[in-house]
Amino acid sequence: MRVLQIIETAYRATLEEQDDTVLWFTRAIRGAGAAADVVLTGTAVSYTVRDQDAHGLSIGTWSQRHPPAIEHELTKLIESGASVSAIAEDLEERGIAAESMIAGVARLSRKELSGLLGRYDRVWKW
Amino acid sequence: MTPTRSLTFLLMDAPYEQSRTGTAFRLMDAALRLGFAVRVFAYEGAVSLPVTQQKPHPNAMHGRSVEEEAHPVPHVWVSSLMQRATERGTPLDWVNCGLCVDERGATEVVAGVRRGSPADFWKMVTETDNALIIPTR
Repeated sequence: MRVLQIIETAYRATLEEQDDTVLWFTRAIRGAGAAADVVLTGTAVSYTVRDQDAHGLSIGTWSQRHPPAIEHELTKLIESGASVSAIAEDLEERGIAAESMIAGVARLSRKELSGLLGRYDRVWKW
Repeated sequence: MTPTRSLTFLLMDAPYEQSRTGTAFRLMDAALRLGFAVRVFAYEGAVSLPVTQQKPHPNAMHGRSVEEEAHPVPHVWVSSLMQRATERGTPLDWVNCGLCVDERGATEVVAGVRRGSPADFWKMVTETDNALIIPTR
């Protein structure tokens, strides 16, 4: 069964969770056999920007040892065979140029997205 | 050192839900570092932030054991703020909304957190220089 994960909400509790929970969940169900791909839309297209670094968080006497590594998560997804796309219009609105993006993330127009939906058995919006 | 300036924070988000939680803790930490007395009123889901039953876990997806993962737990953030405040001699008063605690069964909390009501929040507002409301959206 082919599943398309459309992710719109970004940076939701990523510091506490040490990852994006929907990307994590996608990797987990792929590990369980789901043919799941990802489309990033809205704020979540910011995940495609390379070299993001969340190191350095400290609160009181506590310091974070492992910050979230979204680029690593997306790269692992791509390496596992998942298709990862980002909506081109949302990238352009945020000034995210192709040269600043993680390798392997495809740009997809809104018009192309409508055609993509029909190729999946399940489409889940997060 | 007796602080001459003070801030009230109202938090509303439950743990592990929003980036606002991390931002709120960073703001409170900065306020303590700058010598502000800090007063916190935790409302609705935020009363679960100091709950001591929160536990770190390993993460197979990250390839790390529970020790290596060092998973953040918000009750440790609260304790760390308390410790920082004690070290600096800067007051930190954390009040959990009592009715919200009852609704959620959030009774086991870190030492120093006390139970209160919106009247306590209003008292904080009237006794501090300013108040920052960080609501759920």
